[in-house]
Amino acid sequence: MGLDIRWPIGLMFTLIGVLLTGFGLLKKTESMSLDININLVWGIILLVFGAGMLLGAISGRKNPPAA
Amino acid sequence: MQTIQLQWIDYTILIAYVAFVIGIGLALSRYMKTSADFLTSARSIPTWVTGLAFISANLGALELVGMAASGAKYGISTAHFYWVGAIPAMIFLAVFMMPFYYGSKARSVPEYLKMRFDERVRALNSFAFAVMTIFASGISMNALAKLLHSLLGWDYNVALWVSSGVVLLYVLKGGLTSAIYTEVLQFFMIVLGFAPVVYLGLKDVGGWHKMNTSLQTVATYPSAIYINAGTNFAPNAWTSAWQPLLAGPAHNPMGVDLFAMVFGLGFVLSFGYWCTNFLVVQRAMAAKNMNAARNTPLVAAVPKMFFPFLVIVPGMIAAALTTLPDKGYRIPPPVIAQAKYTQAIEIVKNAKPADAAAAVTAVGTTLGSKVDGAKITSLVAANAATKLSDADLEKGIYNSVAENDYDGVILSLVKKYCPAGLLGLALTALLASFMSGMAGNVTAFNTVFTYDIYQAYFAKGKSDSHYMWMGKFITVVGILLSIGAAYFASMYNNCMDIIQLVFGFVNAPLFATFLLGMFWKRTTGTGAFLGLFGGIGSSALFHALTIAQGNTPGIKGGYLAVISTFPSEMAQNFWLASFAFAACFTLTLVISLATKSQKTDADLKGLVYSLTPKIVDHNQAFWQKPAVIGVVMLIVCVILNFLFW
Repeated sequence: MGLDIRWPIGLMFTLIGVLLTGFGLLKKTESMSLDININLVWGIILLVFGAGMLLGAISGRKNPPAA
Repeated sequence: MQTIQLQWIDYTILIAYVAFVIGIGLALSRYMKTSADFLTSARSIPTWVTGLAFISANLGALELVGMAASGAKYGISTAHFYWVGAIPAMIFLAVFMMPFYYGSKARSVPEYLKMRFDERVRALNSFAFAVMTIFASGISMNALAKLLHSLLGWDYNVALWVSSGVVLLYVLKGGLTSAIYTEVLQFFMIVLGFAPVVYLGLKDVGGWHKMNTSLQTVATYPSAIYINAGTNFAPNAWTSAWQPLLAGPAHNPMGVDLFAMVFGLGFVLSFGYWCTNFLVVQRAMAAKNMNAARNTPLVAAVPKMFFPFLVIVPGMIAAALTTLPDKGYRIPPPVIAQAKYTQAIEIVKNAKPADAAAAVTAVGTTLGSKVDGAKITSLVAANAATKLSDADLEKGIYNSVAENDYDGVILSLVKKYCPAGLLGLALTALLASFMSGMAGNVTAFNTVFTYDIYQAYFAKGKSDSHYMWMGKFITVVGILLSIGAAYFASMYNNCMDIIQLVFGFVNAPLFATFLLGMFWKRTTGTGAFLGLFGGIGSSALFHALTIAQGNTPGIKGGYLAVISTFPSEMAQNFWLASFAFAACFTLTLVISLATKSQKTDADLKGLVYSLTPKIVDHNQAFWQKPAVIGVVMLIVCVILNFLFW
């Protein structure tokens, strides 16, 4: 149905990933949980996941799957 | 519970999510041209999307909260709901039942029943389903609004109307597709939002092995952390799934026997839910072709199999942490107003060690709950020796409340481990699952209402644009009714219990009807209809005549007479379902033999197993065939069961 869902998923998690990573970098003390800067670590993971989805969406646009 | 202060970063994540779901709805709205686009997605969605929506529709927030609660209360045995319950049922749906649902071109489960049997069976199923979805979505929205109120201090009414408004906006714009897309988004939100909580919890408790060691302490004396008062179990009761079950109902915290677990839960309840509930089946029916439809539940089974690690393990972590005093954590007690704590602090302050017993009683009365006498006594003594601060006293009193609010487990862990930022992600995930729970119910409701009630009985043969308009109109009505149901739930908690009880009666026998209808061509409409009624009646009767240990006759059962007592409510439920299934099965069988079928073999082609040409998957690679994938899944599932033997 028209819209490839990988676009919104990819965009949203990239955005949240950027937010968390940035927050983790700028506010180190507020981001600690059990001595881990969890916002930074998890932000990067979300960023990678979001980027992966976006790559999927881009390659899907170039080679549209046979309906 | 103290309210949490959210920071701007948390609100930004929350707002971003809401903006994205509304954006999806708007982006999809230009594809909504016919009623089929709106109500059934015109069978166009890829498998991995329908697959994730399939489990997501079931993964409501109530499940997240409930599974963590059961994880603390019963341990790894809770995984039976997945490894004995859901997975085999999902594989059965994919391999055996989906060909009839999808192949019959029915637009809903009730419509299939009409094709297979007659109008009476459809009417019974569609009315019951329509009412049930409204109440289910109302219960979910009530829980959401209550949560936002107690957690963030938001106004109940504002929380309810705003979140319902968001759901209305995206469902009205993008229909079922919008709901399905949002469910996929929510799936990733939940997995990625709660995985760090599980990781941090496991790290804190000292790793998987250390958690199991602590859970052995829990099992041998659960009363120490106020679980299952008075019964002690073998050390593996929380960490093994099967051994405590095989040892009998007295030896596992669920109080369930092997037959009830395997037949009642594994067969009757799980197959009844996963194979006949239109809410989940609708997701598979939206797939783009037969193969995609059959693979939908199989795709769903992969993450479903591993969900216990995401949703049950947090509960186990919570129980394990409670046994470790240096972690400063306990399974949260029931919510008690701050004013009562303040009163209790005064009582402890003024008490002398000599009259500690009186202080224990007074604190218990003030808080309105059971308290741990020994803890209060030592608190009084400690305060008499050196004056404790109010905060320390409150903490001591909090820890001495001898009751657990298991539903609070997951949020207490989120609060403990998530700093600002991650907190926003986890709360948004929770919010997302509540909202998509409402969207799922409303999209199933509008389809059944438009096609199976309105088109079938009120306005036959109108133009498609008329049904499209009706579908949208009924979406608004569905949301308004859900809001009404939410208010009803918030005001009459007991009535809600009765309503859920009645739905339990209606659903318990349903799978027998489908099983006979799909696999025995001799089953007649009259047999199915009367069999269903008989099944519903017998489950009500079963409930009226039995009770679980420790309950008083009334809403919990046994109000006519008590002819049998079960060791636990769960055992009572599983046996009730087994009994209702057997009654419905027997009645349908006997009445079918005694009545004449109105349908010819030609009518039943595509609806009954023996009259439908087998699907030959020639053009598919060996590993793409649903039967092959199903067998592989089943093997993995058996391995998981063995790992946690």
